[in-house]
Amino acid sequence: MDHIISLFFRSIFVDNMIFAFFLGMCSFLAVSKNVKTSLGLGVAVTFVLIITVPVDYLLQVYVLGPDCLAEGVDLSYLSFILFIAVIAGITQLVEMVVERFSPSLYSSLGIFLPLIAVNCAIMGASLFMQQRINLDPSNSQYIGSVVDAVVYAAGSGIGWTLAIVSMGAIREKNAIL
Amino acid sequence: MGKLISKENKKIFTTPLSVDNPILVQVLGICSALAVTSQLKPAIVMGLAVTIITAFSNVIISLIRHTIPNRIRIIVQLVVVAALVTIVSQILKAVAYDVSVQLSVYVGLIITNCILMGRLEAFAMINKPIPSFIDGLSNGLGYAMILVIVGAVREFLGRGSLLGIQIIPDSFYDAGYINNGMMTMPAMALILLGCVIWIHRAFFSEKD
Repeated sequence: MDHIISLFFRSIFVDNMIFAFFLGMCSFLAVSKNVKTSLGLGVAVTFVLIITVPVDYLLQVYVLGPDCLAEGVDLSYLSFILFIAVIAGITQLVEMVVERFSPSLYSSLGIFLPLIAVNCAIMGASLFMQQRINLDPSNSQYIGSVVDAVVYAAGSGIGWTLAIVSMGAIREKNAIL
Repeated sequence: MGKLISKENKKIFTTPLSVDNPILVQVLGICSALAVTSQLKPAIVMGLAVTIITAFSNVIISLIRHTIPNRIRIIVQLVVVAALVTIVSQILKAVAYDVSVQLSVYVGLIITNCILMGRLEAFAMINKPIPSFIDGLSNGLGYAMILVIVGAVREFLGRGSLLGIQIIPDSFYDAGYINNGMMTMPAMALILLGCVIWIHRAFFSEKD
């Protein structure tokens, strides 16, 4: 439990996607004109992160890792292709599901959803997760289970949302009327 | 080969290097530009990797542009880019392991570099392979150029060295010169990039 809490807060504040690693900078600069659209994009990114990072975690642990499919087979060099395919596929899926069940949310998020597939923050979270599986379990960045992966994804997404919303608020306040 | 250096191709090659630089004018690919430029060597390697990947992904997408269904074109583009990035990352691990460790996840993040997607969508999907190759090459070089400028300034002022070789002599340090630690911080990359954009605008924006 301690580990989950520290991982959660660490990924929001210390390992903030934008301020510590510059991930998702393009949409951070392009979409942060006001609070409302920033919040919309932030929620969409968090949502996609919470789905993709655990899926990529399971793929990494049960398919790509050393000796997973067969003895002596290490497929981790395929991770880029597989991760990006998962992200693009899930973004498409989320778009269709949201369109079917909540047209109002779809119309407010609509333009941002396809953009998320090429957001560095999503791909970055999966790649960091892949690195952190190999860390020492006592390390506060260690990701050792699906729960850890979900917590890490949620923390990163919330950190990203906080950053873009605060930027949006500053720009909205400073906008020349 | 005569067609390769025609007037149109020359124009395709020179505009992204000057007037229409992908980083300075379109503000694309900022994430990696800021993250890898604290030293010169990773900046050069990153610039070269992006140049190669942009050029070849442009060619491949341009070759298959008539067969890609419109609805899933983003996924097709991403998979092509991801395959090229995998090759480059494997080569990097074999040839320059220390740089590949230094770049860590940012090699993988070339996949989501906006410059790549922008060129594929805007140029390769509607042009023939040879102009696409030139366009990819020059956009990659335009990106590499800015990375090298920012990386060189940051390493020189922040560590007193270039490519890991000490430039500022020891006598300067004895006389009280101190490296500017601020330059190695991420925030200075953003400020330096802003200065480069400022200089660029001052030269090229008189037209409008």
